[in-house]
This record gives sequence, C-alpha cells and structure tokens, in this order.
Amino acid sequence: MLFYQNLRRDLVKTMQILKLDKKNLNEFIFSLNDFGEVHAPVKKGDKQFVFSKLTDFSKIKLEYTRTILPPKKYFHPPTDTLFKFSQEEGYQSLTEELRKKYVIFGLHPCDIYAIKILDLIFAGEFVDDRYFIRRKNVAIIGLDCIPDDKCFCRSMRADFVEDGFDLFLSDIGNSYLVRVGTGRGDDMVRKTQDLFKEVNKKDITEYKRRSDEKKNLFKVDIELSDLPEIMDLEYESKVWEEIGKECLSCGSCSMVCPTCYCYDVFDEINLDANHGVRKRQWDSCLFKDYALVAGGHNFRAERSLRVKNRFFHKQRGFVAQYGRPSCVGCGRCIEACPAKIDIIEVINRIRGAKL
Amino acid sequence: MSTRSTLAKVKNDIYQPYLARIVKVLPQIQDHLLFQLKFEDPRMASNFTHRPGQFVELSVIGSGEAPVSISSSPTRPGIVELCVRKTGRVTNALFRLPLNALVGVRGPYGNGFPIDKLEDNNLLIIAGGLGMAPLRSLLWYALDNRTKFKDIILMLGAKTPGEILFKYELLKLIDRPDMKCLLTVDKDEEGIWKAHFGVVTKLFDYVELDPATTYAALCGPPIMYKFVLKELLKRNFSKDRILMSLERKMKCGVGKCGHCSIGYKYTCIDGPIFTYWDAINLPEMVE
Ligand SMILES: Cc1cc2nc3c(=O)[nH]c(=O)nc-3n(C[C@H](O)[C@H](O)[C@H](O)COP(=O)(O)OP(=O)(O)OC[C@H]3O[C@@H](n4cnc5c(N)ncnc54)[C@H](O)[C@@H]3O)c2cc1C
Ligand code: SF4
Ligand code: SF4
Ligand code: FES
Repeated sequence: MLFYQNLRRDLVKTMQILKLDKKNLNEFIFSLNDFGEVHAPVKKGDKQFVFSKLTDFSKIKLEYTRTILPPKKYFHPPTDTLFKFSQEEGYQSLTEELRKKYVIFGLHPCDIYAIKILDLIFAGEFVDDRYFIRRKNVAIIGLDCIPDDKCFCRSMRADFVEDGFDLFLSDIGNSYLVRVGTGRGDDMVRKTQDLFKEVNKKDITEYKRRSDEKKNLFKVDIELSDLPEIMDLEYESKVWEEIGKECLSCGSCSMVCPTCYCYDVFDEINLDANHGVRKRQWDSCLFKDYALVAGGHNFRAERSLRVKNRFFHKQRGFVAQYGRPSCVGCGRCIEACPAKIDIIEVINRIRGAKL
Repeated sequence: MSTRSTLAKVKNDIYQPYLARIVKVLPQIQDHLLFQLKFEDPRMASNFTHRPGQFVELSVIGSGEAPVSISSSPTRPGIVELCVRKTGRVTNALFRLPLNALVGVRGPYGNGFPIDKLEDNNLLIIAGGLGMAPLRSLLWYALDNRTKFKDIILMLGAKTPGEILFKYELLKLIDRPDMKCLLTVDKDEEGIWKAHFGVVTKLFDYVELDPATTYAALCGPPIMYKFVLKELLKRNFSKDRILMSLERKMKCGVGKCGHCSIGYKYTCIDGPIFTYWDAINLPEMVE
C-alpha cells in the first residue's frame, strides 16, 4: 500500500508543470541539441525576425513579435522534392531529408495552433506521410508573448494552446513556468533535471496575474461567433471588388500565413531528357493562374474573386468544414501585404463596423 | 551517402504513381485517343478497382500529371481505359508516346457515382462532349449489372457524328432491347446519320420519365448543363436525384493542394460528382 502511495506521490511530483530560472535558459537550450538541430527566432535586418539555426545564444530574440515565415517551413517546405524518376525505374520517392531532427524553440501559441490546423489538412482520408514524418522529427518548444497592434489571436481563439507542443514556457518574471506536453518534452526536462524546480503558490499567482494582464493588451477585438453568417450575407458585397482593385496578386499573404498550405506540382527534367524530379512548391490562390485550366478557362479570373476566396476560405469555409476559422490571427499577412490590405480592417468592413 | 534509415521508404506515399503500360491505343475523334493501360505490378493489375465517376492522376514521365476520368467499367477489370483529349503539356506528351510505353497512374480518386443509391432505380445518363468519358464507366457498370437497375436510358448530343466519342460502341447499343440509346447531332454533312437530329433536350420527347424512381447522371459542357437542368426541373426531378460531374484545376487529387476548391469543397475528394442541390449550394457556384 505504502509503495503505491509513494509511487503516486512520485507521479504527482513529476507533474506537468515545472519552473526554470531564466539564468539557466541558455544551459537548457544547449542541452536540446541532443534532440535535434536547435532553431530559434533571430533578428533579420532592422525589424524582422526569422526562425533559423541557432549558432550563438546571444542572437536569440526571446521578445520577438513574429517571424517573416511561419514554422510551417519545417513540415511543408517552400519547395519539396517528392520523387526522382527515370524511364527505366519509374517514380521513386525521396525521403532523405525527412528524417532530420529539429528542435524549434520559441513558437508562439498562434503558430502552434496553426500547426494543429495544418495537421487536419495533411491527415484526412489520404494521409500525407512526408508531412507527418517531418512533424514527428521536429520538437516544438512554445513561448508566450506580448501582443502588438497586429495580433488578434485572441479573437481567433488561438491565444492559448493546451497541446501541440513538447514544452511550453511562460514568463513569470525571473523564471519560466514550463508545461510538459509530451514524453519527448519529459525526456528533455529529465536530461537537465537539476535546472528545474517545483512550482510554488507565488508562481501560480504571478502566472495568473500575467495571463489576466495579457488579455487587456490586445488592441483588436473581432466578434467571431456570427462571422460566418455575416460573410454569407455579404457574399456580393462591394467590399470584395474594392479590395480586388488594391490587391497586386503577389501572393505574399499566402506565403507568410502559418495555415496556408496550397501547393503546385511540377516535373523538372534533366538534360538527358530521361531523368528528373517531381517537386511541389508553395502556391497562392491569389496568383492569376491558380484556377486556370487547359483551354484557357479561368475559374477565378478576376482579382476580386481571388481575394474573396482567400477570406472566405479562412473565415467561412474552414468553419463549415472544421468548426473554426483557419486564421489564427498572427498578423503576418497584414505586415507582408504591399497593398496594405489588412485582414482586421476587411473583417470590420464586412461587419459594417464604423472605423 | 545516405544511410539505411534515411532511405527508408515513405510507407503508402499517397503521391506515388504506379507504372502502367500502354497496351493499346484506340483512335476516337480528332485529338481524342482511348488508352488501354495495364499496371506493371501484377498485384496492382488485379487489385485495382474503382467506382464509376472516379478518376486517376496520370503521369507522363518528364511532363507532369493530369487528372483523367476512368472510362472503363469496374466490371471489366485488368485494364484501365482513359479517353484523353490533347490539350496541354501532359496530354500532348502522352499523345507522343509509342505503344508499350510506360506511364504513371495513381488513384482512383474522387467520390464517383453513388452506385448504392442508383441501384433499383431508372438510370438516365446524359452526355455531351468529353462527358461520355466518365459516363461510359457508369453505363457499362449498369449494363453489366443489368438486373440491378430498372430502365437505362442514354442521351448523347454532339455537333456532328464525327464528334461522338465511342461512336461505334454506342451505335451498337441502339439495337439493344434492354436499354434506350438516344443519340442526336446538330448536323450531318455526309447525310448518312440515321439517329436523331437537334439538341440533346429534344430527346426528352422520346422517353417517359418517372422523376420519383429515376436518377439523372450528367456530364458535358456548361451549356449542356444549363438546358438539361431546366428540362429535368420542368419534369419535377428532385435536385437530389440529379447528379453532375464538376471540373476544376487539380494538382494533387487527394485534398491537399487546394487547387480544385469550389467554395468550401474540394472537387477531388468531395466530388467530382455532386448532386444538383449540393452544387447550387457551393458558394462559388452562384453564377
Ligand atoms: C475530375 C476530372 C476528370 C477529367 N477527365 C478527363 C478525361 O477523361 N479526359 C480528358 O481528356 N480530360 C479530362 N479532364 C481534364 C484534364 O485533366 C485536363 O485536360 C488536363 O489536366 C490538361 O493537362 P495538360 O497538362 O495537357 O494541360 P495544361 O494546360 O498544360 O495543364 C497543366 C496542369 O494543370 C492542371 N489542369 C489543367 N487543366 C485542367 C483541367 N481541365 N482539369 C483539371 N486539371 C487541369 C493539370 O494538373 C495539368 O497537368 C478531367 C479533369 C477533371 C478535373
Ligand atoms: S490570415 Fe493572416 S493573420 Fe490569419 S493566420 Fe494567416 S497570416 Fe496570420
Ligand atoms: S499580400 Fe496583399 S497584394 Fe499580395 S496577394 Fe495578398 S492581399 Fe494581394
Ligand atoms: S486537387 Fe489538390 S486539393 Fe483537390
């Protein structure tokens, strides 16, 4: 009996939330190299950030806003070689790259949520193994964040994640609360066990205080519950034409979106005309030829239709199929659009909100 | 360079084309050929089956992939028949291949016709242009399972007799007592056409239809849909009993690449066969 009680107490002790002193963070991150190549947000240029291989701890930017490209690049790379082919041997899948192990440090909740959305797409009746093999080989360590004026993850219900990470770090002042989400996360913690402490009452109070405070920092608030209906009602709205006139069909919004997954497929052939590779590459539904078929018919020839399609798919179609928008409110498309098309403003215009 | 573990295969790669040999090519009308394919792997050759209305992704080595309806019936396994129109990069490359060349095939994809629902009903098949390609699979499926269906009617319209796909095969069906094969053309310059003249909707004059026990399966150019749908609604067909095949650009065929979307649906997995009711409720179909 006592044995079981002790065991239970041990289990409770190795519970899901621990504490890591900030001064030990570097040492902890260093230890992660045993689990894969560590990538983290670093600065690019003056104001921008990217996830890239961490070579120098001083480069890591824990207070970054958002990276240019979302973490989808680790699971669904911008270009991906699927097969090599030859007349003699047919199609052989290329899998060398899939098995490289990574640890991505510092994903914000919206980006973790976005990966969960991509999981839905790449699973389903036909499971995309390339995506899921990579997915298994990439460990995810989340980090909480302070919203800026382009963040609306709270409106999109993606400001908090319960799962989808191996570990998740929340800032509570001099230390982080570390939530352990998976067995792999547990392995990471146990590898550097001495760095972790138990969470006490004060930590919990501080966590709750900060969590509460964060709610008030959002400058954007979009009502989500009746948005699908309103979008249906405004299907013929002039707003789409107006935005169509501004959009340049550059596709940047799709490239930077953590939940956009569309791709094109094409063959590249060697000079001998006998061997080659089949690749897939990120595509955008804003590109002119996206729905163009043989013979010249284009199902979305007008820019306004393509713009409308993007917003409808994110905020309406996905709700119909999966019960939530596929937008997580990361603000990347707002930052990236050269025509200054702002998804928050578009939704507000559709809702008829006074600006 | 690669170690053994990194070479491990992606199991069940959904994008993997299987090699198939072009065992026969049957000329159809201008720029249309019927390709008979046989999978190289004997297991694939004997196990491959499909539902009428489904399609495959056809690869021409070095040129790319294109979705093509399966024209043969699953009641005649072993050979996959594809009726292809020469139009762009992949299809042109296909037309250049010699007999016995290898191509890549993966599938079958798409929902196909809801065969279970169609059984025990009258079947009205209405085709125009390349629409006969998927409908031929359904037609032969029904004829090979004749007892499972009530009346079987085929209506097909073309500009001239020279533009009718599977012409000789269909002409032979005119004499079949257990079905009604109605073929019509706009004109016949050679003056030897013995069947009907006029638009396809005129063929409705030759049949009695009970909308409560009939399913209509349509595939053809948009203009045909427009007039045929009107005719069917006039005859009180329920929108749920009208089945149509929709076409969109496709790249993956398996619901990932996004290209085939209509409103919320992906034509490649939710379609290509939609009831008229579902079709008009796809947001992007309001045209
Ligand atoms: C469900 C379905 C069934 C089809 N069945 C047949 C058939 O039985 N016979 C036949 O001849 N054609 C059929 N098509 C049309 C056929 O897919 C196109 O003609 C073909 O893709 C043209 O490819 P291409 O490379 O020659 O032309 P390109 O213009 O060079 O096209 C490049 C690529 O774009 C895509 N694409 C272009 N046009 C279409 C299109 N109309 N539909 C889908 N993807 C397209 C393909 O991925 C193609 O490889 C079908 C299309 C769909 C969606
Ligand atoms: S639509 Fe814009 S704000 Fe929403 S997830 Fe995509 S990039 Fe982020
Ligand atoms: S980034 Fe802006 S301009 Fe470019 S395609 Fe998207 S909405 Fe249009
Ligand atoms: S063809 Fe790729 S999603 Fe339908």
